Amino acid sequence: MKVTMTVNGKAMSAETEGRTLLSSFLREGLGLTGTHVGCDTTQCGACTVHVDGQPVKSCTVLAQDVAGKTVTTIEGMANPDGSLSVIQQAFQDNHGLQCGFCTPGMVMASAALLAENPHPTEDEVRHHLKGNICRCTGYHNIVKAVMSASGATSQKLAAE
Amino acid sequence: MPKDGGIGASTLRREDIRFLTGKGRYTADINLRGQAFACFLRSDVAHGRIRSIDTSAAEAMPGVLAVMTGADFTEVGGNPTGWLVQSRDGATMKEPKRPVLAHGKVRHVGDAYALVVAETYAQAKDACEAIVAEIEELPAIVDMAAAVADTTNRVHDECADNVVFDWGWIEENRAAVEAAFDAAPHVTTLELVNNRLSPNAMEPRASIGDFDSGTGDYKLYTTSQNPHLTRLLISAFVMGIPENKLTVIAPDVGGGFGSKIYHYGEEAAVLAASKRLDRPVKWVCDRSEAFLSDAHGRDHVTKIQLATDTEGNFLALRTETLANMGAYLSNFATCTPTFLHGTLMAGPYKTPHVYVNVKAVMTNTVPVDAYRGAGRPEATYSLERVIDKAADELGIDKWEIRRRNFINPDQFPYQTPVGLVYDTGNYHATMDKLRELSDIAGFEARAAESAAKGKLRGFGLSTWIEACGIAPSNLVGVLGCRVGLFDAATIRVNATGNISVLVGAHSHGQGHETVFAQLISEKLGVPAASVEIVHGDTSKIPFGMGTYGSRSLAVCGSAMMKAADKIIDKGKKIAAHMLEAAEGDIEFNDGSFSVAGTDKQKSFAEIAFSAYVPHNYPLETLEPGLEETAFYDPANFTYPAGAYGCEVEVDPETGAVDIVRFTCADDFGNVINPMIVAGQVHGGVAQGIGQALLEGVVYNEDGQLLTGSYMDYAMPRADDLPNIDVDHSCVTPCTHNPLGAKGCGEAGAIGTPPAVVNAVIDALRRGGHGQVTHIDMPLTPSRVWHAIHG
Repeated sequence: MKVTMTVNGKAMSAETEGRTLLSSFLREGLGLTGTHVGCDTTQCGACTVHVDGQPVKSCTVLAQDVAGKTVTTIEGMANPDGSLSVIQQAFQDNHGLQCGFCTPGMVMASAALLAENPHPTEDEVRHHLKGNICRCTGYHNIVKAVMSASGATSQKLAAE
Repeated sequence: MPKDGGIGASTLRREDIRFLTGKGRYTADINLRGQAFACFLRSDVAHGRIRSIDTSAAEAMPGVLAVMTGADFTEVGGNPTGWLVQSRDGATMKEPKRPVLAHGKVRHVGDAYALVVAETYAQAKDACEAIVAEIEELPAIVDMAAAVADTTNRVHDECADNVVFDWGWIEENRAAVEAAFDAAPHVTTLELVNNRLSPNAMEPRASIGDFDSGTGDYKLYTTSQNPHLTRLLISAFVMGIPENKLTVIAPDVGGGFGSKIYHYGEEAAVLAASKRLDRPVKWVCDRSEAFLSDAHGRDHVTKIQLATDTEGNFLALRTETLANMGAYLSNFATCTPTFLHGTLMAGPYKTPHVYVNVKAVMTNTVPVDAYRGAGRPEATYSLERVIDKAADELGIDKWEIRRRNFINPDQFPYQTPVGLVYDTGNYHATMDKLRELSDIAGFEARAAESAAKGKLRGFGLSTWIEACGIAPSNLVGVLGCRVGLFDAATIRVNATGNISVLVGAHSHGQGHETVFAQLISEKLGVPAASVEIVHGDTSKIPFGMGTYGSRSLAVCGSAMMKAADKIIDKGKKIAAHMLEAAEGDIEFNDGSFSVAGTDKQKSFAEIAFSAYVPHNYPLETLEPGLEETAFYDPANFTYPAGAYGCEVEVDPETGAVDIVRFTCADDFGNVINPMIVAGQVHGGVAQGIGQALLEGVVYNEDGQLLTGSYMDYAMPRADDLPNIDVDHSCVTPCTHNPLGAKGCGEAGAIGTPPAVVNAVIDALRRGGHGQVTHIDMPLTPSRVWHAIHG
């Protein structure tokens, strides 16, 4: 069945089976390969996207259940002029990524945290990100990036 | 102050832009026109004889294009081991065959024995379940001691006692070591396990085979740390495809940590399937499959003994280790517990007599190979643990016993008793730096605060050294390595002055695109922004050996410097022609060629343009073009070293360990980008803390993997780890490469585990539990609690 949803501000459609996951819909149906799949047990968080503004692990949601909703992926996080948004820039400025594979999920999870809690403590950042696994950075610079971005308002965090 | 974008600057990474905007291009992101999808059928028993495989039902399933089994690969070669090790008796090790797909027997849970290719991945997966295999289950060989003891049950028939080799290093040292132990006033003995780990790069492996029936060319997109090595293995050993008909492309790769060095059967299988179907065939590994098929790391059982005098001076050291190889020999499995482990057993110490014995054992488990640090973490852990135990037994301060035994700064170059010559170092300096950064003076006050909360505080110290910058080909060749370990770079100066640098090293998180551009910018005096780094595609890059063993800067970076010197030499020839001067009078400084003692000069861009517009060149003596290639083979390993301090709070009620402070003082030689170096240390420390406190692969007695997902295998998460204080201000530049660089990628994974375990044992000792002299990793709350409470 054909499923339509608003992805990064545009109405997008693709054919799905009942078992098609949101992550597959985005990656294979729409060609948005910035959303990564790093595990098969909803543990690693690399596939995190926003559905109606909430962070969701897209490997554990059926595409058909998201029909008609609003989805933001890493491809929709830059400013309208293409420059990095505050949270993306903070990751670069603080060397909060190495291989880049967990990064889309980290950025989406971090943006969701800051939208809800613009001035988190370091403990709150670490607690919030425990659902996103990074094997490269030891989290040190990811936490630093989120803290440094935390002065920003949620509008500046992403162009959503 | 370093020049912006040059050596020593914390230049932000250019590759971040694509990774932060979803534009990275990992293997699984690549989709080729007409591609089909592969799924592998993997054994669910640890050890069994394949009696029959009925694929007829699977072949009739919707969308199925092909079903292949081990029988389809009996005509091709197997996956070889890259390093032949000799046993103590002079015999060459056994090399059991490793087929593309299991044939005749399955040897571990996860051993792939069939492959389905279908129009969609779901169809391929569904059809795998319709394959009917009759497998006669055999007793699983899981425990190493049992594997060695039982010669009737064999993982491979050609390996009668399940022992691949029995290695002594150095055999000639043995008698002197025994004599020193016999005469020693004190001997400290420790038996320990270096726990088996799963590397878990966040990007699962993936491969796409793409055969072109029009040209007969094969292309393989794959998650590799070394595409040329993969091509060589497939060409020379596995499939016999000439190298000039096979291109291997490793695009963006999401972490490796060793696990993506090796050639895996899936790569050959998708190439063969693509040829059969004349369509691209894509395979993407599930995480569950990754736990069952990516090479694991570590897994040593060791007895280590240290002989000392009563003042704590080290007199002799000996170790006996069983090293688990798993069910097949992965490409570098045999060198990890030997030449990357035994040769490091002197550590930074001047112990006069050292002897190392390693038996490599086959078991019905996933193959084990190099994982971040590879052998050197195992050596450092054994050594630093036994030293702490000796210090406790002798009543000597932990800092003092190390200081007393360090090789002194004036003793370099230093010949160790286990084969290596350390070129330079200053172990006192890094340990003093660590002490300064660790606020040791304030420790007792912090311990009192902990005690007031019912917690036990402890401090753990470890000092580490590694041999990296892998590796001098002439040396490793003598030791049984079947490949060279040089690297290569081509510098192509384009007509308008911008530069493409094609390198053999592969970046999968290390930031080469940024750091290598810094090097070229500094060396050639051009803006870093005008330098592009190309890696990962064997059809573009020169034959280099890829990235592992903290080698990229020390080896490939040196190749780049050598190539840049050739560019400068060629530029001088061109400048001499253009300026009508003698070549010997041309000087090159900061991007400009000038005639000595005059104001006549040509910019780098003018020279480049002239090279491609050679209208009046004396062609007999001056070739057009400005492109040079260099191969660099190091004269020695490099020897980074350092000291790590870990402060813990242990809750004696629960056994939980909290790392409250972690400090690193490292000597990496000259550093190009301090920001990236700090990031490498953070990541290594995180993996070291993971090994020490959280991670461990567990098999049951039937060879079933009990830790097969992130629900069961405890990966370090953001709230498990502390902030990590990093210092690399102590510098003794490497004496034998042009950059003075030593390498930093594995440091954290090497130095960290003993610091953490030493800290916990220290906390227990201070808290009145001195009877606990050792706990095996991972130090879970359960293990710590049981150690305290007997």
